[in-house]
Amino acid sequence: MNYETVIGLEIHVQLATKSKIFSAASTAYGAAPNTQACAVDLALPGVLPVLNKEAVHMATKFGLAIGAEVAPRSVFARKNYFYPDLPKGYQISQFELPIVGTGHLDIELKGGETKRIGVTRAHLEEDAGKSLHEDFAGMTGIDLNRAGTPLLEVVSEPDMRSAEEAVAYMKKMHALVTYLEICDGNMQEGSFRCDANVSVRPVGQAEFGARAEIKNINSFRFVERAINYEVERQIDLIEEGGVVVQETRLYDADRDETRSMRSKEEANDYRYFPDPDLLPVVISAEYLEQVRAELPELPEEKKQRYIDTFGLSPYDAAGLTASRELADYFETVIEKTGDVRLSANWISGEMSARLNKDDLSIAESKVSAEAFAGLLLRIKDNTISGKIAKEVFEAMWNGEGSADAVIEVKGLKQITDTGAIESMVDEVIANNAGQFAELKSGKDKLMGFFVGQVLKASKGKANPAQVNELIRKKLQD
Amino acid sequence: MSLDADQVKKIAHLARLKIDDTDVPGYVTNLSNILEIFEQMRTIDTANVTPMSHPVEAVQRLRDDEVRETDQRDVFQALAPSTENGLYLVPRVIE
Repeated sequence: MNYETVIGLEIHVQLATKSKIFSAASTAYGAAPNTQACAVDLALPGVLPVLNKEAVHMATKFGLAIGAEVAPRSVFARKNYFYPDLPKGYQISQFELPIVGTGHLDIELKGGETKRIGVTRAHLEEDAGKSLHEDFAGMTGIDLNRAGTPLLEVVSEPDMRSAEEAVAYMKKMHALVTYLEICDGNMQEGSFRCDANVSVRPVGQAEFGARAEIKNINSFRFVERAINYEVERQIDLIEEGGVVVQETRLYDADRDETRSMRSKEEANDYRYFPDPDLLPVVISAEYLEQVRAELPELPEEKKQRYIDTFGLSPYDAAGLTASRELADYFETVIEKTGDVRLSANWISGEMSARLNKDDLSIAESKVSAEAFAGLLLRIKDNTISGKIAKEVFEAMWNGEGSADAVIEVKGLKQITDTGAIESMVDEVIANNAGQFAELKSGKDKLMGFFVGQVLKASKGKANPAQVNELIRKKLQD
Repeated sequence: MSLDADQVKKIAHLARLKIDDTDVPGYVTNLSNILEIFEQMRTIDTANVTPMSHPVEAVQRLRDDEVRETDQRDVFQALAPSTENGLYLVPRVIE
């Protein structure tokens, strides 16, 4: 039987505020345990939450960016459960009246088409602390520095039909929140993570199958793997006559599998109710307009501008606007070189390949946008060929200086002196007289051989077009 | 609407309340009586009444995003039964 996969994602976006959502403690990552957990975060008796203005501002920006209605009135609710990294015994979240309503995000599929993924809602909530289960003689260690860090939980519709689409959506969301500067996007530190709801159903069946919720996935690669594993597991189960049960599962990256979290049966009975410590959050129409006016150019708009004003293909434009850093890098390079095509090709080509190889992001590139532009300028003015430029780029990457310095030190300047190249051509012909005769008699395949030999003799510094032309001239002599 | 003994036990468990089995019938009666009052209120026509999620006609005040808390870990941890390397220690929880 053929199955269709149905996926919905809940993405937790950690908002890049300086202080926590309900207290004035710092949210900086990596501090010594519990040094950023104040009386409010610890839920000491008598404390009250006071809402962070910037968290509301960031949620509003997000709502506008996904074309959602930002609620004129939203309410905080208590989500009750007991766990030692949640000192109050409840998490302050939003339930019936979230701050962001229904919106959408468009993703690009492989074939170049666009698919609209619905966003059901996004709500503000506080993060919990961290539990450390190792090394304390049978006890669990609790660090509450993260407790109270603002999160925006973005819930999608079950609109995705493959792991690939889920990854595309997650990447698009990541790009959006970093463009908006509401999240640092650091997935390793947990600033952007997701839960995936996965189910399968026979093709043609209208109702959804029972779903498994895979918790806390913090990389694009893991999302893809976890979903693929889970889909296989569910299909195998059904084919063997079993039944998929609704449950929470954990993805284990080391074993590349998901497994059940043996949660207690009442675990999902959160008994939400409006938090009496907090009043409704009211957002006025004037405030909305003010926030709308300050929104930066969003990925979609930037992509369209690249297509319209730079003449890039939708594919190239999507690649170059995938992150704000990459787009900024690209624009700096264009500004210095004045050559869109050359800049786009080299950034999408050599630069991307090099970054992938070292598993770095553009922000961590060993070659700055200015230095990279310096290299492209030397290609543009024919000082070096594209081939030599790759060698220069490699040297620049390894910290050997600017393009000009590398070209100078390694003596890579392209030879344009016709006389010098001609004598190399003559030498190669003299050394390969037999083949030259064959070439002359019409064996055109040998042309590549001769051009190659001359380039080799010039150590790649001769201009290939010029070499070609000189050999052709010799053939007519 | 009335509660049965199992529901009372479940609610107590969710709230981490330890209740004596002999007290359960009493809780069943008392809690059911409270629900009975809600049942009576439900008969009132509220079609034209705006739901009230808060008793005060006020909106949430917002705080500027500034770090104002200093590290008071030593003071707080003096209250804790057990700490180590700056962590609060609790009976082991295993998921």
